[in-house]
Amino acid sequence: MQNSPLMAVRSLKKHFDAESKLFSKAKLFVHAVDEVSFDVEEGGSLGLVGESGCGKTTTGRVIVQLEKPTSGEILFKGRNISEFNKSEQMKYHREVQMVFQDPYESLNPRMTVFEIITEPLNINGIGTRRQKEERARSFLNQVGISPAETFLSRYPHELSGGQRQRVAIARALVLEPVFLVADEPTSMLDVSVRTGVMELMLKLQEEFKMSYLYITHDLAVARYMCHRIAVMYLGKIVEVGETEEILSNAQHPYTRALLSAVSVPDPRVRRTQPAIKGDISKPVNPLPECRFLQRCPVATDYCRQNPHPPLVEIDEGHLVSCYEATDEA
Amino acid sequence: MPVLSVKNLVMHYRTKKGYVRAVDGVSFDVGVGEVLGIVGESGCGKTSISMAILRLLPENAEFRGGQVLFDNGNETVDLVGLADSAMQKYRWKGISMIFQSAMNSLNPVYRVGDQILEAMKRHYSEISKEAARKRVEELFRLVGLDPKRMRQYPHQYSGGMKQRAVIAMALACDPRLVIADEPTTALDVIVQDRIMRELKRIQKDLDMSMIYISHDIAVIAEISDRVAIMYAGKLVELADTLTIFERPMHPYTNGLMNAFPSVVGQKRKLRTIQGEPPDLLKPPSGCRFAPRCSYADGRCKEADPEFRILEEGHYVACFHPVEKEGCLIKGVTESAE
Repeated sequence: MQNSPLMAVRSLKKHFDAESKLFSKAKLFVHAVDEVSFDVEEGGSLGLVGESGCGKTTTGRVIVQLEKPTSGEILFKGRNISEFNKSEQMKYHREVQMVFQDPYESLNPRMTVFEIITEPLNINGIGTRRQKEERARSFLNQVGISPAETFLSRYPHELSGGQRQRVAIARALVLEPVFLVADEPTSMLDVSVRTGVMELMLKLQEEFKMSYLYITHDLAVARYMCHRIAVMYLGKIVEVGETEEILSNAQHPYTRALLSAVSVPDPRVRRTQPAIKGDISKPVNPLPECRFLQRCPVATDYCRQNPHPPLVEIDEGHLVSCYEATDEA
Repeated sequence: MPVLSVKNLVMHYRTKKGYVRAVDGVSFDVGVGEVLGIVGESGCGKTSISMAILRLLPENAEFRGGQVLFDNGNETVDLVGLADSAMQKYRWKGISMIFQSAMNSLNPVYRVGDQILEAMKRHYSEISKEAARKRVEELFRLVGLDPKRMRQYPHQYSGGMKQRAVIAMALACDPRLVIADEPTTALDVIVQDRIMRELKRIQKDLDMSMIYISHDIAVIAEISDRVAIMYAGKLVELADTLTIFERPMHPYTNGLMNAFPSVVGQKRKLRTIQGEPPDLLKPPSGCRFAPRCSYADGRCKEADPEFRILEEGHYVACFHPVEKEGCLIKGVTESAE
């Protein structure tokens, strides 16, 4: 039997009530994540890319169990995480960690750097005071905060944005996870600081043999951080493949539009205008047809008459969910 | 004759701990019909410059030197010395601004069309209701909004539509100069791209002068005619856009170029600028970039390099200007528009 991937997401659905009613059940649902499936291999990294509201963050939150899925499965090392018993559950929470987008909100302002970094150790009852101090120091050094001693007793407000995010990363790493969900960890940081955090994450991946799901709206950042990229649109993955393959040979019209909308740091380049109509909507009780239909520049009658297209492999490891791209339309 | 000429502007914020040197001896011109891009990281003073030009400053801001010369068509006035009442005359009509948080700069309890009318009435008190309405309609079309939406409230607009409305408002009184401060930063890429194209088209059609402020060098590359790079309250480099991207001379500019990822062209290795920007309460003596600069020597730590011209139109504040490779993409040649 083939080795199962480290993290496998199968037909994941997460629906939220779109209306709040006190006495009756909601009839409108936001289909934030709808039938999403992907694998992340050991040592691999997948970039989950899309615009705000596409469901990328929700997907990450479901994986670390901050949200309960409506349906679908998450298989960690081949086993369904919903079937874990209590001790397996604890182990899962040690091995799978998350780094949040906003380092100004994700750190408790009343805790010192030492307390922040060692909190996961306390929760899991690991180490003596001396061991914890040793560990905190070594992880601060790892994330490039030195001299670590002078930072241990500081509070988050005494740190810059880049330093805060490094502390948040150190906290996520202190239990030596094998899988990290990174939700836009660099989007709040300035350019000159951002590259440092990106490099740090790549270095740590190498050193700790960590795998990650990297959630971002920025294709350029995903290019540097991820082996593979999955593009999401209104709760669905519309295209997935090797990073360079997606950039050079995108097949889904939405991926193409996203790519041509990204500014290029070269004043000589004249980008073509993205071929896409209208504005992004919310997936509230969406119609069965292709989610991208209303905005699609190449939609045919076939697309209008058939349900949302399945993800079909068009080349090795390159999957697209579009009738036009797979020549069915 | 430039529309705006900022000369050695010094504007500090007074705080309990001392002066924050947000704008510390900044000089630049904006020509007629020109887009000047100002690039810098958060806290470098780029927004403070625009607030200083429009004099929309908090109470603890102090001008400690320099001039902001604005050519209003007939005469040149120094905005720094103007009384507040006199300054009113120039806001919206002479110089208008598209704010960073455009999403929040519309009043939620007024119809969007009425808010634009309001801005116009201040400067054209004699304008008839009908003419004003026509003008707002025209503005809506100009920025790609359906004039029917004039009667709607901001919450009925999407983020991109609000941004368009704010642009319409900034254009309402035919300003000679528009300052756009990160106008697309909070928007998704596709909407951002549309708004930028729209802004560029309007700027060209109206031959409008513009200062475009952003932290994103890719956006700046696409929209600007000339680019000023700001670091820790000072300009470190200024040149036409192609020159800045082709051969940046200041180590900081070069660092920025090499830290920026792109989706186009060969995947290059990104390089990090060591360290973090200084605290403007007590900036380092000498060159403010020196603590992070790999070219810095003893002189850089003692003396502040002058912002000097090194070749036609290319200003650099550095003792060791280096001609380095920028971030132009190999294999791309200049294409005509």
